Amino acid sequence: MDCHAAMRGRGGGFSYSHAAVIGSRCGQPVGCRRAAASTAMELLSDQGLRLDGRRPDELRNIRCKIGVFSQADGSAYIEQGNTKVLATVYGPHQPRGQAKNKFLFDEALVNCQYSMAVFSTGERKRRPRGDRKSQEMSIHLRQALEAAIRTELYPRSQIDIYVEVLQADGGNYCACVNAATLALVDAGVGLREYAVACSASLANGEIPLVDVSHLEESTGGPNLTVAALPISGQVALMEMSQRFHCDHLPKVLERALEGCKDIHRILDEAVRKHVEETGRASGWGQVDRAGIVL
Amino acid sequence: MLTSKTFLKKTKRGNILKIVREHYLRDDIWCGSTLCSKCTMKEKDVVLGKDIECASTLFQFPHYLVLDTNVVLHQIDVLEEDVLRNVIVPQIVLEEVKHRSSAVYRRLKDIISNPVRKFYVFVNEHHKDTYVERKPGELVNDRNDRAIRVATTWYGSHLAPSQPKAKNKHVSIVLLTDDSANLEKAKAEGLLASSVHDYVSSLKDAPGLFDKLSQQDTNFGGKSKEPLFPLHLSPKEIQEGIKSGKLHHGTFLASRENFLEGSVNVEGFEKFILVQGHAGLNRAVDGDTVALELLPESEWAAPSDIVLEDTEEDPGDTLDDETKMEKEKLKAKKIERQPTGRIVGIIRRKWRQYCGILQPSQDTNSTRHLFVPAERKISKIRIETRQAELLKSQRIIVAIDSWPRTSRYPLGHFVRALGNIGDKATENEVLLLEHDVPHSKFSEQVLSFLPKLPWVITEQDLEKRVDLRNITVCSVDPPGCTDIDDALHCRDLENGNYEVGVHIADVSHFIRPGNALDKEAALRATTVYLVDKRIDMVPELLSSNLCSLRGNEERFAFSCVWEITKDAKIVNTKFHKSVICSKAALTYGEAQARIDDKSQNDDIAKSLRGLNSLAKILKRRRIENGALVLASPEIRFHVDSETHDPIEVVAKKMLETNSMVEEFMLLANISVAEKILAEFPDCAMLRRHPTPPSTNFEPLVKAGNLQGFEINVESGKQLADSLDKAVKEDNPYFNTMLRIMATRCMMQAVYFASGMLQKDEFFHYGLACPIYTHFTSPIRRYADIIVHRLLAACIGADSTYPDLLDKRKSHGLCHNLNYRNRMAQYAGRASVNLHTHLFFRNRVQDEEGYVLYVRKNALQVLIPKYGLEGTLFLSPPKGKVAKVNFTYNEDEQSQSYGSVKFRVFDPVTVQLSLDRSNVQHEKLMLHLVKPEIPDFSVPSQTVKQAEEPMEVDEVKESVAPPSKRQRKSK
Repeated sequence: MDCHAAMRGRGGGFSYSHAAVIGSRCGQPVGCRRAAASTAMELLSDQGLRLDGRRPDELRNIRCKIGVFSQADGSAYIEQGNTKVLATVYGPHQPRGQAKNKFLFDEALVNCQYSMAVFSTGERKRRPRGDRKSQEMSIHLRQALEAAIRTELYPRSQIDIYVEVLQADGGNYCACVNAATLALVDAGVGLREYAVACSASLANGEIPLVDVSHLEESTGGPNLTVAALPISGQVALMEMSQRFHCDHLPKVLERALEGCKDIHRILDEAVRKHVEETGRASGWGQVDRAGIVL
Repeated sequence: MLTSKTFLKKTKRGNILKIVREHYLRDDIWCGSTLCSKCTMKEKDVVLGKDIECASTLFQFPHYLVLDTNVVLHQIDVLEEDVLRNVIVPQIVLEEVKHRSSAVYRRLKDIISNPVRKFYVFVNEHHKDTYVERKPGELVNDRNDRAIRVATTWYGSHLAPSQPKAKNKHVSIVLLTDDSANLEKAKAEGLLASSVHDYVSSLKDAPGLFDKLSQQDTNFGGKSKEPLFPLHLSPKEIQEGIKSGKLHHGTFLASRENFLEGSVNVEGFEKFILVQGHAGLNRAVDGDTVALELLPESEWAAPSDIVLEDTEEDPGDTLDDETKMEKEKLKAKKIERQPTGRIVGIIRRKWRQYCGILQPSQDTNSTRHLFVPAERKISKIRIETRQAELLKSQRIIVAIDSWPRTSRYPLGHFVRALGNIGDKATENEVLLLEHDVPHSKFSEQVLSFLPKLPWVITEQDLEKRVDLRNITVCSVDPPGCTDIDDALHCRDLENGNYEVGVHIADVSHFIRPGNALDKEAALRATTVYLVDKRIDMVPELLSSNLCSLRGNEERFAFSCVWEITKDAKIVNTKFHKSVICSKAALTYGEAQARIDDKSQNDDIAKSLRGLNSLAKILKRRRIENGALVLASPEIRFHVDSETHDPIEVVAKKMLETNSMVEEFMLLANISVAEKILAEFPDCAMLRRHPTPPSTNFEPLVKAGNLQGFEINVESGKQLADSLDKAVKEDNPYFNTMLRIMATRCMMQAVYFASGMLQKDEFFHYGLACPIYTHFTSPIRRYADIIVHRLLAACIGADSTYPDLLDKRKSHGLCHNLNYRNRMAQYAGRASVNLHTHLFFRNRVQDEEGYVLYVRKNALQVLIPKYGLEGTLFLSPPKGKVAKVNFTYNEDEQSQSYGSVKFRVFDPVTVQLSLDRSNVQHEKLMLHLVKPEIPDFSVPSQTVKQAEEPMEVDEVKESVAPPSKRQRKSK
């Protein structure tokens, strides 16, 4: 069983308080994803480098492309290191399927679907979608994205967001949120600001690591995933794979939020570049001799 | 910051799985040299020095050294010497070392962290210029060797531009490797390279370093010789053999008596499997994990009863003593035969460093010598040294390097000398090392976490604590005790009840979790008490001053305060941190005197009397519950104040006050255990004492029956009762001896984390209480510090930290605590032994003793005055004809000769003396004085007469450690 505490911020949002998610000092054992692996491997060497050669505060290499499909209203592809995710957005459109009778009168219904390609992991996955884990991920995705989308602009309509993990190497959820944000931008859906997610962990019991890879996830200790609205500094969702001691949580959280801000910068740049490129035909972003943006 | 180059790395695990990992290469990895003008590193990263003395005749110019993996693995003792400095350790080497041997890795890391040594770790694997990719078909090892060479080349070209050209000023890079292929390739690539052997011998001013060179397959004697031992199987063959059931694996235990015999403890076999002979043992050393092949039943043998010691002289590389064993084997009766096997491979070596002495050799000019370890289970080791003359009178430490097939003995190298044989300091050092007691000085880093002097209590401290300075608190301890960790008080309340407080030194206030001081204390786990020395767990400033609850000084304490009725029922319990001021630090004797002296009616005397009366009730109630009163002979040495040699031995007295303090410590421990378990059901550190299996009690029951007493061992309560009843009018020591025997039947009490066991397993058998912990001695036991922290968290006086709440980490910690405790106990006993030997060096004495066990050829005699147990051999040593033949009666447990009959518990008089013929193993001898048997007993010591000496086994378990610990470690 996964133990997690999720918090949700919507609309005005609320600033995070970690006391709520930590539980009392002691209690009955909480099931954990795995027994705390006795770490033979050091996540951080004495020289201050991680297993793959990054420093504790460095993200993996991010590459992204906006508008990869023409069929969908919006689409994006993102690579965070070896984690590769494709996201597509349909809508806003009139409620269809199961949601037909459930549509809301004052805001849009956000429908998310998370799935992993059969070839995304080292060993082939039997059930790529619809299992418990995917369902949980879908719910978490919706929580993070609903916080960013201005749903009140689209009453009685539905927005579908499909994300597919093509290759998994840690931080799948984060890459999915980031890809979905780009796809939403591409689709022209109104956003409060970017929803950006980043994970963080703890090395040697003291130094927080940002953007955790699969290797670090499986050898390291607890893992914190945060989806945030980085400009206002609001936390949309927070999940822990294991219990954190409250001494550690603030610094890990801070590291994760810094990661979110860094990712935001990269995504924003990518969006601007994309818009500039697609709009070049009509002269967007070009500067005339007098220095005025046309 | 990020060089956006991504590499793919493929690794294979059990089933073939392709793993793709990112591998970032960077441009911000610096060379760490003072010389460099290109790298923009921070001050603290500059490790390698500028002015280098070049003592080597091989490379007569300044140079940095680059190490290869095999050099670190095999020559770590050389590297630990201060001579080698300015060394570059490529990261790949560090990783390989970590993979191959965690012990060497730790030692290497210690060297690296020492700034004086100037060892720099160069992260070659993530440097954009020194990363090499494995070529198709290239072995991993070859690739790593190439990486090391590339790093060496890079250093050369990187440092060249920022240095003067002149050869004697230009710092070059020298690669040290013991791999001949790597050496050749390096030279072919134009690198400066050398083997460690050549390099060390070329050093001018370090002759001692040569001795530390590890002997790897270097052929002593030059020419290749016939292999003496069968080949070991390869790891793959072993794995397959074990899988198919053809081979078994287990731990090899060498025999103490016979160096050609040992046994292997294999899971699934009831008995140990016997292994015999050079070929059977096949170079296994005590403790190794081995692969074993079972012989067909027709070849099974019985353990030989002969004592076989390795011949004194170095016979060269031949194996000839086997014939003796062969003869013996044939004689063995069918019934005595047991499963026998032979060792075909070594799975894991468990070599450590061994203490011992050099075997005197005739050829003093030779550099090859044999080393005789103090531990008899370890074979002799061949070492090479040029300082034999100097070392022959010293105790030295030697490490084993390898055991090639062609060598009769394992090859090793000299590590360091401890001091002269027979010196008390040296012998103390030996027993500390042999018992793995960390006893080096506290490092600067550890000391940096001590509070600064003068230490004063501030207002803030007082705010957080309950002020108990006006209460009459006093401590009661053994004489000479400087680490006072408990104090007591007792006063009348208005409602007629007592208020009783136990105040324990607040060590956890000074030792904060996770810092170097805390880690060191956790490693040491306990203070070790030797007869003349104390190995502190925490630095002296804390143990004897700031934490110690000394008389008339204000100290921090952790208090446990009860309201208790006059008939010792607890009304309520409170825990809080406090400030106390002990009014008196008493000894047991002084406290007893104050209680007994009716004319004293001050607060302290009244408080003590109140405590004493309560303690009596508590004790009675505890015993009614089934707590055991056990006995072990305890002695004290009176030590000469100047030489610290023992001048007199006396048995310890137990006073009422001893048991008074004990009762309240037990009460506090139990109260705390209940509290922390309630709050932390998962990770409370508790102590349990398992119920011994009934087979353990067999000798006790038998001995009781022979004397006409029935010992009921069904439960602790029944055992206690039957022990109480077994009293003999004519032998006042009889009951004590029974209790001593009962003590030997017990299991070890151990620490554990509550989350790891079921609740009914928490039981403490000896104390007959369902739950117990250690709270009362944080100065000398680390477990108590943890319990203090847990309790402080319970009452909100302190915050928790992650490791405290992690039950697996606690479990690991308990493991270390239990191990260290056991070792500390053994070390204490060994120290008492050593002093007993020192005491008997120059004397022969007659003493009263009692027969404790009757064996086939000997009597086990207990001498209460010295708390010492020795063996009185009834059959003569080998090669001598017995003049007196005793008849052994197994049912009756007796030995008789003529009219004299020895039975269990019979009094005898024996003469004690020391046999110093063997320098390593001095032995206490017992000779019979009374009852007199012509031709066997010796006359009373006044008439000295050399009789055939009879050996005494090394005194095992006979002497309890100093009483302070005994009292509390129940």
